[in-house]
Amino acid sequence: MSMPNSQPPIYLDNNATTRCAPEAVAAMLPYFTEQFGNPSSMHSFGATVGHEVKAARAALQKLIGAEYDSEIVYTAGGTEADNTAILSALKASPDRKEIITTMVEHHAVLHLCDQLEKDGYVIHKLKVDGKGRLDLDEYRKLLTDKVAIVSVMWANNETGTFFPVEEMARMARDANILFHTDAVQAVGKVDINLAESAIDMLSLSGHKLHGPKGIGALYLRRGSRFRPLLRGGGQERGRRAGTENVPGIVGLGVAARLAREHMAYENTQVRALRDKLQAGILAAVPCAFATGDLDNRLPNTLNIAFEYVEGEAILMLLNKQGIAASSGSACTSGSLEPSHVMRAMGIPYTAAHGTIRFSLSRENTEEEIDRVIAAVPPIIAQLRKLSPYWNGDGPVTDPDKAFAPTYA
Amino acid sequence: MWDYSDTVKEHFYNPRNAGPLPEANAIGEVGSISCGDALRLMLKVDPASEKITEASFQTFGCGSAIASSSALTEMIKGKTLDEALAVSNQDIADFLGGLPPEKMHCSVMGREALQSAVANYRGEEWKDDHEEGALICKCFAVDSVMIEETIRANNLCSVEQVTNYTKAGGGCSSCHEGIEEILAKVMAERGETFSPAPPPEKTRPGKLSTLERIRRIEQVIERARPNLQRDHGDIELIDVEGKTIYVAMKGACSGCQMEALTLGGVQQQMIEALGELVKVVPVRVKPPQPLVNPS
Repeated sequence: MSMPNSQPPIYLDNNATTRCAPEAVAAMLPYFTEQFGNPSSMHSFGATVGHEVKAARAALQKLIGAEYDSEIVYTAGGTEADNTAILSALKASPDRKEIITTMVEHHAVLHLCDQLEKDGYVIHKLKVDGKGRLDLDEYRKLLTDKVAIVSVMWANNETGTFFPVEEMARMARDANILFHTDAVQAVGKVDINLAESAIDMLSLSGHKLHGPKGIGALYLRRGSRFRPLLRGGGQERGRRAGTENVPGIVGLGVAARLAREHMAYENTQVRALRDKLQAGILAAVPCAFATGDLDNRLPNTLNIAFEYVEGEAILMLLNKQGIAASSGSACTSGSLEPSHVMRAMGIPYTAAHGTIRFSLSRENTEEEIDRVIAAVPPIIAQLRKLSPYWNGDGPVTDPDKAFAPTYA
Repeated sequence: MWDYSDTVKEHFYNPRNAGPLPEANAIGEVGSISCGDALRLMLKVDPASEKITEASFQTFGCGSAIASSSALTEMIKGKTLDEALAVSNQDIADFLGGLPPEKMHCSVMGREALQSAVANYRGEEWKDDHEEGALICKCFAVDSVMIEETIRANNLCSVEQVTNYTKAGGGCSSCHEGIEEILAKVMAERGETFSPAPPPEKTRPGKLSTLERIRRIEQVIERARPNLQRDHGDIELIDVEGKTIYVAMKGACSGCQMEALTLGGVQQQMIEALGELVKVVPVRVKPPQPLVNPS
């Protein structure tokens, strides 16, 4: 990607993926070269490797507060963990044909559920309010013995909004229903203590917490009924066949240790930078607002809706200045809908197409945040000047009337 | 990130002719804020010569929507209205050094705004007949509406046929699942069940007699007519010369945007009926109108 600007690039898209920590990369390298053994092998090449995998598993266990290290099943990533959890529950309880999830899940869950719906399952998608919050009364009423599994994300990837998964897991347990949470965005950013919770399954992904891509894990509470997605060799105690991704597992172990060490920093310094970014942009740009549950969200995530401009155009102009962020809107042929998360929250179309997500990490600096605060207002002003919905200093009085194509 | 050409980026970063044009006497508007893109095209037309002396745009939309608008104004300035109308969406995309398949609709929007502006100048009412669905085939930029309508119009029942009629699925083949889903839906409407098995009876007759050959050609034409007549059009067999079959498109079919599609469908049925490769060629009185590329 071209970086026409001479200033160093600023990466604010850490909910998409993070830079793999140099310590993790260094720890992984020997496992591509001299430590190539298969941990399952009965010789010394495999033995040292098996030992390291065990240490990495223990580091990850500690990060999520699991009671046993055998509750961790390594997968190729968050998507595989999500698919494994839901499909396992359906297979384990063939008489239960319903699934409870939410309107704002990641596609790894939603698109799987859409497919299952075609196969005859009933999918209940919990609605959210304008701040992206669930209605637990709606949830309680759906907890019947027809439900095979509840799958609710810990934190939303677009807005950072937390769902009360620990409370929802207890409610599911009382109703004797398996509870799964996609915690891909939360693990490494907030304290998680699974041993004390009623959560049966949890998905996480290495590359969201400064670990490598291609590795993730499914936490599986001891005693939970489980059916593997992949069968074959006996790896992961027969719960996920396939030779272990040893470099990935080792890298994720280091990333988990680093995430624990930086947990306090994430929730103080990173949070302060995020708050500064939010205040700085909103003070300088009219007709813009932050979306989600602002007092109850990930410390690193900021989602701002800029009215009367389109997200991709904003991203291109940001990128020209070396600033990387992301947009929920995907302007592609036929995809007239902006992000499903924004639509579920009822964000009006005038704003939903112009939502930008800034997601920080412990690697961002205050100078970077200052540069972004300075860069954003002129970009929005420039695009609004092109917009038929904008007139001088504000939106045209009635956008619907001001722009009314004859055929509409 | 989209793989935009340098020209697209240049027109996005430095759009030409942006902003209101108070002295405009032809204004075209397409899209809406809910769709995620909207374009207002403003032209100043010299009434004597019908030449576009100035063109300007205001666009709400993504990078390629803004670039397409900018390119369009550059392309039509100095042209007469009739010359400008000959600009197709493919011309706009070509001017920009190509657009990703997902973004071809931006160029379509440009052309529609132009048609709308000319209609506005001439006091006509312009109707948008372009419905767009989710993009199914990324290799050839074919959307679900196009596939669905083609399946319905031609009673298709296999992915292979859909590929022959629309090109969808003819590239990397990753979209075959999506095509099968549309087939299953449309076939269910007409009371059939989609089966992934290839269509039956691929009879390979020996060499047909001339008489049998002409009979089969006529049968295909007869089969195609009711569908076309329903849309106030028709097709007539004019002549057969070797492997070329000449037909005349009549009524609403003549110059219709779907003409190429219809002919492609007829040709495919001819090939199947005759068991040999033939070409169906339209015979015209008037030169063809430029086709809008389906996107």
